[in-house]
Amino acid sequence: MRGIEKSLDKFNEVGIRPVAISVDAPDVSRDLAQSAGYTFPLLSDQNTEVIRRYDLVHAGAGEKGHDIARPAEFLLDSTGTVRWINLTENYWVRARPEQVLEVSKLLK
Amino acid sequence: MVLRRINWPLWVGLLLTLAAFMSYFFVFVWFPFTRDFPWANLVLFLIAGVLLFMGLRRGFASDRPHPTRSKIVTVLVSAFSFLVFAMFVFTIFVVGRWLPASKGAPQVGQRAPDFTLPDTTNKQVSLNELLTTPINGKAPRGVLLVFYRGYW
Repeated sequence: MRGIEKSLDKFNEVGIRPVAISVDAPDVSRDLAQSAGYTFPLLSDQNTEVIRRYDLVHAGAGEKGHDIARPAEFLLDSTGTVRWINLTENYWVRARPEQVLEVSKLLK
Repeated sequence: MVLRRINWPLWVGLLLTLAAFMSYFFVFVWFPFTRDFPWANLVLFLIAGVLLFMGLRRGFASDRPHPTRSKIVTVLVSAFSFLVFAMFVFTIFVVGRWLPASKGAPQVGQRAPDFTLPDTTNKQVSLNELLTTPINGKAPRGVLLVFYRGYW
């Protein structure tokens, strides 16, 4: 997410809006956005309703064993159709912004 | 001479082992180049390993002032360092892969499931809004949804 923030100008240029979703409460996300300097939207899915709908629940992986989201990225075109997915197999390996920007340029 | 009495390769090896472990989570994780594969940390562990090996040989040398004590300390420090290394490998290469398969996640070509969620100011935001609200006065070309574990 730090990488996305650093490349935000490029995302704006290409016309892609990054949006991050987690189980964090809005005020936790606000603190994160302030401390990390994130200016793109951070959305709050506290009861994992949307995370469940996307089948991204990592059961019991949160503090005190509650459910959280596994890391995942979806690039949607302007009709809301999925055009690119990254479901990392290893938590420490993440999609790079340059990768996403490259794919984004191919969207109509 | 102090350097002769202190088994410096052993202690430097131990410190470097700890640094090799911690530096991934506090430094190298911030750079994709050193995060996706922890080569920088593995290099540090390798150097630490060489130092610890030197320390082992030194600790078991016959001219030590306190042979038994020096052997015990050397073995304990080396074993602990190896444990730290094993824990690092386990955390990165084994625990890192403990992720759900997410077989039911939206596939390429499918419509992304709709949602409405609150943002950091508690304002409800829908996927449709995200897809249509202009960026710098132009209609967006798309949206990148990033799901993250969060800080709870």
